[in-house]
Amino acid sequence: MNRVRPFDHFVLILGTLFMVLPVAVAVMTSTHTAVEIHSHGLFLTPGGHGAETYATVLTRQGGFTGQVTGTRMMMNSLILGIGFAVGKIVLSMAAAYALVYFRFRFASFLFWIIFTTLLLPLEVRIMPSYQVMSDLGLLNSYTGLIVPLLASATGTFYFRQFFKSVPDELLEAARIDGAGPFKFLIDVLIPLSRTMMAAIFIIMFVYGWNQYLWPMLMTTEERFFTLMRGIKQILQVWVGSQIPDYNEAFALAILALAPPVLVVVVFQRWFIKGLTESDK
Amino acid sequence: MASIDISNVSKTYPGASAPSVSDINLSIRDGEFIVLVGPSGCGKSTLLRMVAGLEDITGGEVHIGDRLVNRVDPADRDIAMVFQNYALYPHMTVRENMAYGLKNRRTPATEIESRVAEAARMLELGPYLDRKPRALSGGQRQRVAMGRAVVRQPAAFLFDEPLSNLDAKLRVSMRGEIRRLQKRLGTTSLYVTHDQLEAMTLADRLVVLNAGRIEQVGAPLDIYHNPASTFVASFIGSPAMNLIDAEIRGSSLHIGATEVPLGSMQAAQGPVTAGIRAEDLQVTGHGLPFRVDFVEELGAQRLVHGHVEGQPLTLALTPDAALHDAFHLSIRPGALHLFDTRSGRRLPQPESGVFASRVLA
Ligand SMILES: Nc1ncnc2c1ncn2[C@@H]1O[C@H](COP(=O)(O)OP(=O)(O)OP(=O)(O)O)[C@@H](O)[C@H]1O
Ligand SMILES: [Mg+2]
Repeated sequence: MNRVRPFDHFVLILGTLFMVLPVAVAVMTSTHTAVEIHSHGLFLTPGGHGAETYATVLTRQGGFTGQVTGTRMMMNSLILGIGFAVGKIVLSMAAAYALVYFRFRFASFLFWIIFTTLLLPLEVRIMPSYQVMSDLGLLNSYTGLIVPLLASATGTFYFRQFFKSVPDELLEAARIDGAGPFKFLIDVLIPLSRTMMAAIFIIMFVYGWNQYLWPMLMTTEERFFTLMRGIKQILQVWVGSQIPDYNEAFALAILALAPPVLVVVVFQRWFIKGLTESDK
Repeated sequence: MASIDISNVSKTYPGASAPSVSDINLSIRDGEFIVLVGPSGCGKSTLLRMVAGLEDITGGEVHIGDRLVNRVDPADRDIAMVFQNYALYPHMTVRENMAYGLKNRRTPATEIESRVAEAARMLELGPYLDRKPRALSGGQRQRVAMGRAVVRQPAAFLFDEPLSNLDAKLRVSMRGEIRRLQKRLGTTSLYVTHDQLEAMTLADRLVVLNAGRIEQVGAPLDIYHNPASTFVASFIGSPAMNLIDAEIRGSSLHIGATEVPLGSMQAAQGPVTAGIRAEDLQVTGHGLPFRVDFVEELGAQRLVHGHVEGQPLTLALTPDAALHDAFHLSIRPGALHLFDTRSGRRLPQPESGVFASRVLA
């Protein structure tokens, strides 16, 4: 079983290169100046201008109003990603808790209604959603950016399945131990769902972080711009006659890549646990 | 500590056509150990869970002490329950598991600590207090579950088949432990099991349930010696009591072509079900003709399975008794039970006579 199989390794190495090379190219290229990139194309060797490029990207006041820096955009993206993930977890957990543990009429009917919203992603209902937000005066606000994205059938579904697999006796023991519905949720269900929450957090954070269409529609003020829009902004200079800031675009792309990677690295231990091991 | 009074209690699950438990009357004295026993689905858990407050009571009343608890929340009934699958909180240590109920009741921390320590000592859980349930064996988990009940110092313990998930040997030792603990604490206990041996060994009084009704209530030996019906007779005791179709004519019992004199004129006449325990049959020179089918060796005992007059019968012999293909059997005096064939209820028993039988020519 432990024989070294060259071919297997060859395939694995090939796969790794395929995944890593583009990122490596982006990192290396971002350390050269725009002029070098324009004349030589992409680089696989480090250049000498990394520090200044990243500093510029993070701190330069850009845009028409000069209100937005890379740091600012990064913060906006973080607010969107974290707010979106946390909001989704809280909301879908609450919904699943109600669906599983409270007896009310049409509970399963309601669940299927929630489930069918999977067929209606934001892109389908983007106009009505925009209309609602605009009527509520929530354009150009974090609330408007995050809230319409929160309703989540998938999260509710995962939590519902998980809660259903928690043995009834646990609830009964807790009832006899004097824990009311709220205490049971806080003291028993949430700790048991930790790995589940970590898994959903990763998925949702990345999803929120990568949002492009909705932020573009919702926010017209530059101080609400997210990184995803920032990258495009830089390349738009193309219309003029000057050389686009390729280096900055690459740097920004790397910056946009980093937080999701970090989240995955930090949470993956729980993530894998949540997928494979049940703690009941 | 308190008495429990169950009067006319019934339960019909929503959507069910027939009640799962009907018209149960039971008075449990303070400190008594009551075991509910019966086959699967007879409503033992349902009854227990109604006392616990985990199931709504559809009819009748349950009193704990002098308090009507029909509408009282489980937490406020002053009971503790031990579940079959332990139901320990997986993310809490043994200590936290035991303390959780007390914490919710705002018991002072020092009090909690001393009670947990006391329970841990009693149940020999000291070394495991900081472990999670995952890192414990089945028997240890069961002890934690009992510790969780003990620290609460409740008016009553409710057990729902707490030993069913353990292996046979552990079950026997845990059985002893439960009994010892209950004796020592003197806490009123209601214990559900479908294992008649567990029921016999634990109970002060036994309640035999059948299809949602009480079949018989009594001390274990009382029930063993005077089963109120064929159901109880076949359920309590191992091996199960032999039940044989027979007929009473005048002052004797006829099993097939064999006649067993009963000594006196019987009130009941006609077909009856005769119940004889395997150990109440003796090998004699003449009497019930018994043909051996196969033998089960239990070590201390030897169970011989065979037929009498075409009806299956089991016989318990000492291991040193000689084995033949056929025996003649007599019934130990006073050990014959008569039941009504149709209703299965116990009939007035014959005076203890000599039941040597005689084969009709
Ligand atoms: N939630 C429920 N809804 C409907 N019927 C139920 C429910 N729980 C139990 N029953 C029915 O009530 C009857 C008694 O069930 P119960 O669980 O009390 O049996 P039990 O004596 O504890 O059996 P076991 O030894 O298998 O645990 C059964 O016929 C069962 O099908
Ligand atoms: Mg049961």
